[in-house]
Amino acid sequence: MAMPLESPISFANVGRIRWWQRGIFASQTGYVLLALLGLLIAMHFASPYFFTQGNMQNVAKNFSFIAIATLGITFVIITGGIDLSVGSMMCFSAMITSMVMSGLSTPGMPGAFLFVHLAADGKTVVANVPGLILLVSILAGLVTALIVGLVNGFCIAVLGLSPFVTTLGMLSIVRGLGYVVSNGRGSFPGGPDADYFYALTSGDLFGVPAPFIYLVILAAVMAIVLHHTSFGRHVFALGGNEKAAELTGIPVVRVKIEVYMICALAAGLQGIIISGWLGSAPANMATSYELNVIAAAVIGGANLAGGVGGSLGAIVGCVLLEVIRNGLVLAQVSSYWQQTLVGVIIILAVLVDRIRSRIT
Amino acid sequence: METAGAAGQPVLELMGIGKEFGAIRALHGVDLQVFPGEVVGLMGDNGAGKSTLVKIIAGNFRPTQGEVRFDGNAVHFYRPIDARAVGIEVVYQDLALADNLTAAANVFLGRELKRKFGPFAFLDHKAMAARALELFGELRSETRPHDLVKQMSGGQRQAVAIARTRLSNAKLVMMDEPTAAISVRQVEQVLSLIHRLKEQGVAVMLISHRMPDVFAVCDRVVVMRRGEKRADKSIRDTSPEEVTALITGAKEAA
Repeated sequence: MAMPLESPISFANVGRIRWWQRGIFASQTGYVLLALLGLLIAMHFASPYFFTQGNMQNVAKNFSFIAIATLGITFVIITGGIDLSVGSMMCFSAMITSMVMSGLSTPGMPGAFLFVHLAADGKTVVANVPGLILLVSILAGLVTALIVGLVNGFCIAVLGLSPFVTTLGMLSIVRGLGYVVSNGRGSFPGGPDADYFYALTSGDLFGVPAPFIYLVILAAVMAIVLHHTSFGRHVFALGGNEKAAELTGIPVVRVKIEVYMICALAAGLQGIIISGWLGSAPANMATSYELNVIAAAVIGGANLAGGVGGSLGAIVGCVLLEVIRNGLVLAQVSSYWQQTLVGVIIILAVLVDRIRSRIT
Repeated sequence: METAGAAGQPVLELMGIGKEFGAIRALHGVDLQVFPGEVVGLMGDNGAGKSTLVKIIAGNFRPTQGEVRFDGNAVHFYRPIDARAVGIEVVYQDLALADNLTAAANVFLGRELKRKFGPFAFLDHKAMAARALELFGELRSETRPHDLVKQMSGGQRQAVAIARTRLSNAKLVMMDEPTAAISVRQVEQVLSLIHRLKEQGVAVMLISHRMPDVFAVCDRVVVMRRGEKRADKSIRDTSPEEVTALITGAKEAA
């Protein structure tokens, strides 16, 4: 039922928003990215080692170790929530993965006969189907993460508990479960598929660390999901005005549960990758990583009040944290300064954004 | 002007609607009919039961007693989307806009246009922006689809909220205080939009405190007081003075 126009609409009284006043140029992510580029240039002049291939690989690897989880938590932060259980989740997923892997690779363990048999010499364990154990054990770790995310989401979206309290509880629950299943000892990926596992998690492709490749792919997928699907639109709407989202018929409960599941899944995947690099999944792995992850997201421009954030910001935040850490090491500053500086940067980044939004 | 469907079938029919919140009786025995192409003003003081009535029709609340009939069929709404599915659109007083999204995104919130690429469905930004611009044009509102709602004036926000109701072929549009927070020129625009809706045979319920607006566009005025319907009169048979008296209780019923 189109209604006829008397005359075409004119914009006499409404100015056009300039390109530099919108999108990334007007976001905290843009400013932090600029600061990061400045820092990279400064580092280049400060230390001849900074832009060497070895150091770059290190930096890329190190920030990839928190960046995938940061992508996940960014979804939650955009909806106005928070997930404090990511650190524990990393550990627990990694632990389940390596325990399943070792278990299935030990002849005599329940179910193991499906996956392995002993070679003629009676000692060497041979996989029935190479790679199958790896697949099953990683799936086990990720499914565990999904279940924890589902419980988080259920408590928050359906029972209406506060995200902070729910995930604080989950932080403790999941860490405790990790100690319970491993008896506090941690676990090691083992068996015939362990080599594949290490290749996939701490190997590299043409000199590019594998975690970095995963990160780039996941970040691209996330950007598309956030900006070009209705799910992404609903995530932003939820963070902007939850009541409006509900009134306009957005399935608020489902979207909330989904973001906590995505967050837990990302944390689980991150944990599995870290355990490949460490060579084990100790029970105290990734303790307090949730704070690094949240700090990186916030520095990169995700707003804890909800409604703002993105995959580029998540990565920029992680890179900035890692470059600073790396720079302090190269400059031979005591590494104890790192945490102090990170705190200063969190506050500075948010402060600059506040000043900017007052000016414009 | 004659009320369009005086002889026809009412689009909305309320029969003996009552609503209790615990010990509080918010509504009692409300009967109401709204015909296609008719503009009905719903007036009453704060706490008179207007909002509760609107929320029952919009599917936010379920009535404790009584029956809602839409297009001749009894309907039961469990959620606002159920009401929207049969053709009831609401412009909420707080507009229900997400500040961090663009005007076009807000218009299409919850019913985004999508394009299929194999198994995936992606947002069709272009089509949504084009349709939103068209709707803003119809509302004579200088609103750019790509601007963030955060940066908009009260009138522009109102236009975004009203444009939302024009997406589907709504049969009944309810507006909760649409003219409360906007400029005089924009009030003019909103009232002319109501006229346009009426021309299209859409029934409009206007909930307003502003007597001049109600008398400018409505065919009929319904006055609520203390949870009951006190008057239901054609606008020609009443006057602002009488309506004021009915609202305040100086006159019990008419």
